[in-house]
Amino acid sequence: MLEVRGLHVAVSGTEILRGVDLSVKAGEVHAIMGPNGSGKSTLTQVLAGHPAYTVTAGTATYEGKDLLALKPEERAREGLFLAFQYPVEIRGITNSYFLRSAVNAVRKHRGQEELDPLDFLQVLEEKLKAIGWDDTLMNRPVNEGFSGGEKKRNEILQLAVLEPRLALLDETDSGLDIDALKTVANAVNKLRAPDRSFVIVTHYQRLLNFITPDVVHVLADGRIVKSGGPDLAHELEAKGYDWLRAGAMVS
Amino acid sequence: MVAVARLVAAYRAFAANGASGAPAWLKDLREGAIARFDALGFPTTKQEAWRFTNVAALTETAFDLAHPASRIPQLAEIQPFLLGDGPRLVFVNGFLVRSLSTPLSDGVRLDGLAQALVDTPDLVRQHLSKYAAFTDRPFAALNTAFVHDGAFVYVPAKVTIEEPIQLLFLTTPVDAERVVAHPRNLIVLEREARATVVETYASLEDGVYWTNAVTEVVVGDGARVDCYRVQRESDQAYHVAVTDVHQGRDTTVNVHAVAFGAALARHDLRGTLAGPGGYLILNGLYVLDGEQHADHHTAIDHAAPHCESHEYFNGVLDGRSRGIFNGRIIVRPGAQKTDSKQTNNNLLLSGEAHADSQPQLEIYADDVKCTHGSTVGPLDPKALFYLRSRGIGEVDARRLMTYGFAAEILNRMDVAPLRAQLDEIVRARLAE
Repeated sequence: MLEVRGLHVAVSGTEILRGVDLSVKAGEVHAIMGPNGSGKSTLTQVLAGHPAYTVTAGTATYEGKDLLALKPEERAREGLFLAFQYPVEIRGITNSYFLRSAVNAVRKHRGQEELDPLDFLQVLEEKLKAIGWDDTLMNRPVNEGFSGGEKKRNEILQLAVLEPRLALLDETDSGLDIDALKTVANAVNKLRAPDRSFVIVTHYQRLLNFITPDVVHVLADGRIVKSGGPDLAHELEAKGYDWLRAGAMVS
Repeated sequence: MVAVARLVAAYRAFAANGASGAPAWLKDLREGAIARFDALGFPTTKQEAWRFTNVAALTETAFDLAHPASRIPQLAEIQPFLLGDGPRLVFVNGFLVRSLSTPLSDGVRLDGLAQALVDTPDLVRQHLSKYAAFTDRPFAALNTAFVHDGAFVYVPAKVTIEEPIQLLFLTTPVDAERVVAHPRNLIVLEREARATVVETYASLEDGVYWTNAVTEVVVGDGARVDCYRVQRESDQAYHVAVTDVHQGRDTTVNVHAVAFGAALARHDLRGTLAGPGGYLILNGLYVLDGEQHADHHTAIDHAAPHCESHEYFNGVLDGRSRGIFNGRIIVRPGAQKTDSKQTNNNLLLSGEAHADSQPQLEIYADDVKCTHGSTVGPLDPKALFYLRSRGIGEVDARRLMTYGFAAEILNRMDVAPLRAQLDEIVRARLAE
């Protein structure tokens, strides 16, 4: 699904990722943990194609394609999705109009017929039903005046509707209280599928109490310094990150 | 000076011929107004209120007073501007065209001002020129000097008109003729009356002409009016306008003003909250391109306590266009518990487009809430990436965001066919 090899990334001349290797197979859920400033968010932004980041070395292959050669919209149309840590407001555009535009961009790319507002509403209602949510966010302008929890829910809703094959979740748990966290985690669990992979970036282990990953990685100082099973998350919760950082520097 | 003298001479001819049969009070009003215009002359950029808008082009062109069109347009020609079969008045070159209009005279009065001066002179006299002061406004003075025809809307107490009333002002430039029309509109709602009025300014053909309009809206206690104003003049036209809204106690007024057209446009929009419990929304949009210049000077005068006003103006500026927004909020002594909010956001789609945004708060009461905010800038790159990360291509993403910026204003409009018409204009502009 995704193969990242020796990825080096800089932003305005400062190197943030210093040789990341990551291999994600279809259906797997990977968690990337690490201290603040370790480059976790940068990794997701680069994979989604944010123009502010420069790849200075390394490769990223997604389903056999050179991911880094694709524009952000092409990556999305090929089935890559990023749930933003800080979802952006789009003034004057309702959530449902925005989502339909996105769905139709993907459908057009796949050679499918575009959905008219009524067809889209039907698709939307099915998706909402599947994850057990209502449509209260749909007729409000995108993320405008949304609470932190609503913004994160909205990201997951987009994930549900756009049906990506690779979903990157950037700090989806940040700013959520325990109820909102459970709501979001339950929806993600319902969206897990054999042909859909997740890369979940998080600072804390608590999201992983609700979403059990297949692999846990620790990113520190721009490199993955340790990988393991779900137990690694608990170990990190107990011991913090410093022991790994020191080790990373010695090696 | 030459231009002023030419207009004063045109006034003399007008007063001697077409307007000679007017009642004495109207003659006096016109005489006073032309004297004031003569004294004020055209504004210059040395005057604060005209700092960014140079009207030299108006003084350099010899405009003749418009006369009734020699050819009345067919219904099919005006159909694209109409909102349905509701009540309407259609004006061509400033004169009512009765065959295209549906006047009302049964309690509710909807007719040309010229006819109203014959039918109900006392009603007109009671309100005409009582709100749009021209002491310091040369164009309002000029309009008042030439006051003759325009829309007269009168809604008696406790009467609600459900269907929007449409006032359509068309200019038909003929050959190389340069004409100026001075439409004068008077909209009166008695106490607890309700109505929706849509004013549209447009042309049937491209050409150079000048519209110098004044609209006075009087809102009696407990009344509600929704005023829509669409300026979609020819791209070569000049459009100067004054709108004055005067609100009594417990009134609700929504003014929506959209400007798409004209080479040079200036709109002075003032709302006076004269009685307690008044509520006023000014909701405006300007979409400009090429060399277009549009200047909106708004003023909200909180003259009574316990009133609320919200003002939203968005500008979308492309090409080498220029948009000016000046928003004045006056809170008079004693206007306690005033709640006033103002925002002006400008989207620059080209490096050569330019916006000036000037809030102007004058607060003379101490127990009030007044806020204002303004922005000028290009599309937000973060939002652009967000849309692209959802599969929407860059060109479409830019268009969607720009549309949303305009839609923010359009979404506050309740008249569905108008909303659809404006939507279509905005989308067509963005597709260019």
